[in-house]
Amino acid sequence: MATFTGKVWVLGDDIDTDIIIPTEYLALPTVEDMKPYGFSPLRPELAGQIEEGDIIVAGKNFGCGSSREQAPEIIKALKVSCVIAKSYARIFFRNSINNGLLLIENDQIQDAVKEGDTLTVTLGETIEHDGTTYPIHSLPDNLMDIINAGGLVKAMQKRNGIIK
Amino acid sequence: MGNTLIEKIIMKNTGAANVTPGEIVTVNVDRVMIHDIFIPFVADKFKEMGFTKIWDPEKVVLIYDHLVPTSAVEDIRHFKIGDQFVKDYGLTNVHRSDGVCHQLMPEQGYAKPGNIVFGTDSHTTTYGGVSCFSSGVGYTEMASILGTGEMWIRVPETIKVIVNGDLPANVTSKDVILRLIGDLRADGATYKCIEFHGDTFDKMSISSRLTMSNMSIEAGAKAAIFAADAKTAEYSKVALEDIDWIYGDDDASYCQVLEYNAADLVPVTACPSQVDKIKDVAEVAGTKVDQVFIGSCTNGRLEDLAVAAKILEGKKVAPFVKLIVTPASREVYLAASKAGYLSTLIKAGAILTQPGCGLCCGRACGILSDNEVVMATNNRNFLGRMGTSKVQIYLGSPATAAATAVAGVITVPEM
Repeated sequence: MATFTGKVWVLGDDIDTDIIIPTEYLALPTVEDMKPYGFSPLRPELAGQIEEGDIIVAGKNFGCGSSREQAPEIIKALKVSCVIAKSYARIFFRNSINNGLLLIENDQIQDAVKEGDTLTVTLGETIEHDGTTYPIHSLPDNLMDIINAGGLVKAMQKRNGIIK
Repeated sequence: MGNTLIEKIIMKNTGAANVTPGEIVTVNVDRVMIHDIFIPFVADKFKEMGFTKIWDPEKVVLIYDHLVPTSAVEDIRHFKIGDQFVKDYGLTNVHRSDGVCHQLMPEQGYAKPGNIVFGTDSHTTTYGGVSCFSSGVGYTEMASILGTGEMWIRVPETIKVIVNGDLPANVTSKDVILRLIGDLRADGATYKCIEFHGDTFDKMSISSRLTMSNMSIEAGAKAAIFAADAKTAEYSKVALEDIDWIYGDDDASYCQVLEYNAADLVPVTACPSQVDKIKDVAEVAGTKVDQVFIGSCTNGRLEDLAVAAKILEGKKVAPFVKLIVTPASREVYLAASKAGYLSTLIKAGAILTQPGCGLCCGRACGILSDNEVVMATNNRNFLGRMGTSKVQIYLGSPATAAATAVAGVITVPEM
């Protein structure tokens, strides 16, 4: 079972897709070009501070708003290992899986962690923080296959023998 | 404990003995709908994924509606790519000018009671009106369904909406769903299914039910489904005994219950520019309008044109008001012609347009400019939806729209 540890960034409830990537940057040619503007309406400096393997902890209804697939793509491009939130908006949840971004649901950790803390996630089992463990559900194998492949297009390419 | 309606549809599809909200399951898709706007993206992703054939071409429906008839030369590209896709993969269910996708899917029998259907448009929820679990997906997911015939879904919680009694004569299903969206708010049903219970819905026509399921996405709903009854069986041309299992059990578990008395409901309107900004029509009565739109997958069906014709019979549209009427499909168009509704509307001064999405998606057939006001029967009044971002869009029932067209100001309909 995969285990990883990361530094926490804390965000609130109802983080919408316009916060994750404002409409004005959607016309930029690539997600790499858009990446510096991730979360800019809320915290302009955040995209520059996030490091590979960090973890975003947020409240309810994360990713609400439009259907833009760029929202999970940006978070994935920032190389966070996962998002832990109380709940996710429907289309964002689907788009995240399909773009290979790992989402974890937990509604207890928010009260315990503060920004800069370290969390250890054991996939499908627990989140460990400061000596306390919180149970988490595992995603079904077929969804983990999509995430592990790097998204739905790659998962289908793998299925069709185009890539290994 | 019993099951909700959507749980029963999912259980029947997967063969599972039980499912519970939050669980993720893989379903076998009964039918998919792709429309002209997204076919180029679907075609690209399908090829990129490495598929060489569609899992079951008979289960795929391609509908040109947003761009019919074209209003810009680049629109043609979508038809060319679509036609090539039809040729390459052997699609047979193709509609190039027959009407709006969400009218055609139930009308032509593609979306049947108990089916699981996905479409590339958010208003795919419409087919809940014929007891179908249907929902919108992105083009990447559509491409994978075309290759595999499968789709993963999370079993949703369900909101139970109960309405009993007779609706007042001037209140239609549009007023009921607008009121519900106002109470739930734009995100109140996110990731959830809405299930309709009560004798008010039993008395409702299939057309009226389609209107309600269509607009449920404006409260964020994943699906919005009516129990199957004799009307469903007749409309969808199936035997009642084959679909009488499609209802929510009395002892099923619901996350929220909303109850209304039909007699208490009044004509309402969604005010600029949020669909959940609901007021009684009486509160905004007297507001001058420049245009009225009767049409769309929400309210462009035969009964909608019948109501409009009844109100406009022997009357004239107010001077300087343009009344745009767009039947939802070729069949609706023909039936309205046969019933005499079209000649009534034309004599009253209506501008009749070809079945399609037209003005609803703001591409053609009556787009508006700054500070103009429109009373419209479609489903969204977002900023810029029907022209510039300073157009004031009010959403209402066909009765409210027709009465407003005659008066030239927003008017409570009298029936």
